[in-house]
Amino acid sequence: MADEKPLIKITIDGITIQVPEGTSILNAARMIGPEVAPPTMCYYSKLQDSGGKCRTCLVEVSAGSTKDPRPMPKLVASCRTNVMDGMVVKNTTSEKTLDARKGVVEFLLINHPLDCPICDQAGECYLQDLSYGHGDGFTRYEFKRRTFVREDIGPYIQLHMTRCILCYRCVYVANQLTDNRVHGILDRGDQSDISTYISRAIDNDFSGNMIDVCPVGALTDRTFRFKNRVWFLKPMDAHRDCDKCCGKVTLWTRGEEVFRVTSRKDPWGEVQDIDGKAAWICNTCRFEKKKAADWVIEGPTSIDRHSVISANHYEVKEMPPDPLNKVLDNHSPMLLMDIRETSQVNQPDIDLSILPGPATSYTFKDHDEATEISKANEERLKINDHKKVY
Amino acid sequence: MKKLLLDKVNVPGIKTFEVYRREGGYRSVEKALTMSPDAIVEEVKKSGLRGRGGAGFPTGLKWSFLAKPEGVPRYLVVNADESEPGTFKDRYLMEFLPHLLIEGIICSSFALGSNVSYIYIRGEYDWVSDILDTAIGEARQHGFLGKNILGSGFDCEIYTHRGAGAYICGEETALLESLEGKRGLPRIKPPFPAIKGAWGCPTVVNNVETICAVVPIMNDGGEAYSKIGIGKSTGTKLISACGNINKPGVYEIDMTVSVEDFIYSDEYCGGIANGKRLKACIPGGSSVPILPANLLLKTAKGEKRLMNYESLSDGGFITGSMMGSGGFEVLDEDQCIVRHTLTLARFYHHESCGQCSPCREGTGWLDKILTTIENGKGQMKDIDLLWDVQKNIEGNTICPLGDAAAWPVAAAIRHFRDEFEWHITNREECLVRNFGLAHYADELKIAATT
Repeated sequence: MADEKPLIKITIDGITIQVPEGTSILNAARMIGPEVAPPTMCYYSKLQDSGGKCRTCLVEVSAGSTKDPRPMPKLVASCRTNVMDGMVVKNTTSEKTLDARKGVVEFLLINHPLDCPICDQAGECYLQDLSYGHGDGFTRYEFKRRTFVREDIGPYIQLHMTRCILCYRCVYVANQLTDNRVHGILDRGDQSDISTYISRAIDNDFSGNMIDVCPVGALTDRTFRFKNRVWFLKPMDAHRDCDKCCGKVTLWTRGEEVFRVTSRKDPWGEVQDIDGKAAWICNTCRFEKKKAADWVIEGPTSIDRHSVISANHYEVKEMPPDPLNKVLDNHSPMLLMDIRETSQVNQPDIDLSILPGPATSYTFKDHDEATEISKANEERLKINDHKKVY
Repeated sequence: MKKLLLDKVNVPGIKTFEVYRREGGYRSVEKALTMSPDAIVEEVKKSGLRGRGGAGFPTGLKWSFLAKPEGVPRYLVVNADESEPGTFKDRYLMEFLPHLLIEGIICSSFALGSNVSYIYIRGEYDWVSDILDTAIGEARQHGFLGKNILGSGFDCEIYTHRGAGAYICGEETALLESLEGKRGLPRIKPPFPAIKGAWGCPTVVNNVETICAVVPIMNDGGEAYSKIGIGKSTGTKLISACGNINKPGVYEIDMTVSVEDFIYSDEYCGGIANGKRLKACIPGGSSVPILPANLLLKTAKGEKRLMNYESLSDGGFITGSMMGSGGFEVLDEDQCIVRHTLTLARFYHHESCGQCSPCREGTGWLDKILTTIENGKGQMKDIDLLWDVQKNIEGNTICPLGDAAAWPVAAAIRHFRDEFEWHITNREECLVRNFGLAHYADELKIAATT
């Protein structure tokens, strides 16, 4: 990054930060942290010109700059609006923003099939996260949803247009990473269709990255379709020497088996910057190398995205204090086989085989003590009766 | 009132260069070439001319924003992609006075320092495009276009470019994308075209009528132009009147005419057709809010509403509307607002480019809900749903098409909610009617003013 650029001040949700000039509001918010960063569906920092389309990152600008402190009349797309010195932005603190975002989520979902149970993207889907985070739990849409026929575009990618939210990311990938774009948007409006012209195959070394950038399950990996759910897989960082790409990937394994290979993602779900360059991977690494032996495994990937796949993965959670003592008013609980000294086990004077049920601590306690307690508990008394018999 | 634009429209053969020149055409070019470009911009600023395409942004100000970096060409693009339902003033101008537009372009190009201008013309106007091409050829023959115009050393070329039938390409940045040969999707602003427009160069995009209005400004001076009209609505405006009126057509008005006069006087629309009563009107092209008769003729304050930018938007969207592009659509008492709103919603659904999600999904949703109500299958909650959907679209989109789709629906519900409710409670009746809701209009006593 250009270090010479002067730093300017911006306040987002009451938190002030200094950022270089030319930073977008969204990136400034990301510098503060995920609490204030607006969600994005179409913006992808590694792809030039992306963003501005999905309108989920709309924020309210309550003061344009120090020079011109008037508020902006409309909500602005934070991904495509650059910060000005002294700008005051409201994201989660603005009712207007939250309302608009809710509206956008509703719009994105009205034509979405909501087939998450059979969708390969489930668990790492941006739209899932977005609708859990910002949407309503019900729909007001009562019409037939838009559907398309599934289409195989090329040997590796399947296009499921019904799920597409038209973020245009895959178009930018084809434009900026591959040498020839053969797919694009056909038709217009809500009939827009991502497709190749007359079912041409997408056959390009870097086309697999379209799957990575797709925020929903519209573009899926044909070599991984229906093989596994992502939350059952363990992501492992790995690398290999590749002459086409950086060769640094994430392997998604279960046991010994490598189910799929993706590029490494940063906390925003975008491809990581490795040595200052976006770590896109080539199709050979992604689709051909599906054996653990092909890779040098570095270790488990740390995932800090707020989504299903991050659950159960390597997180050391602090356990809450056990409330049992409080509930029992500091009486020690009755445990099955509450054995305190080995001598009790090694030299039992009780024949456990004659007990009708499992032994409890009372089985080993003194007769007198046991009877005392047994007054209060008939069930336990029964057991102690057996002891008497002995 | 002296007509400034349509003065000579009835002169036989005015389409040809000879007649146009004999009638005093191209005087402004001769005058402009003796002035400095900045002086022309200053003159246009003085005139108070406002963009005639719909937004009403001051033209002189827009021109002064044009970036002038060294060694980069600048472009003037004339927006002739007039596709708004109810607006046909630009077609009229180009069809009958093609040389007026060319004259305006030459003056404006000189003021802006642009050597190449494009006329982005709506694809359906193919015959108009041919007329313009012929006129451009004639002007070139007579030395008004091409290299070294009239020995001044200024080069100017005009090219016509036909659109492919998309309403969205009337939005200035989508127009530029389309002109460059790409998909007509609006760009995200900023940067504005004045900084980065066609092929990344500074560009001014103006409506046909705006550019034509530069000609009288050059001829008579900005001062004189600013004296016509009232307040900030200076000069004359073309209104394309249509709907249930006796004399539909294009009228040039100075903006002191009241709406009532415009509808009922014989000079203009000549009253409502077939002796019916006025029910509602869209005063500025399909995307501006519809107004019921009582609010149309008088503002909420009880003042007479005039045909100008300020008066028509008096009261905001609660009790007012907008000047817009000048498509004046009049609805008589037989017209059904629900069906009318559906027609507009269907149009915007069809024309949404699909780039940003609120407009792409929302316009389709509005269309579907309105279709069910129109077909007698609506429910009461649908009206509130319509309101919510339009509210979520408005202001949240990249370009103004989203707003344009939301405003008519919002205004229809705001002013004619009872009519929507009637459609929902009288399902059979609204299905079997042949047209309109005549008896319903009687019941409601919709303000019948003469």
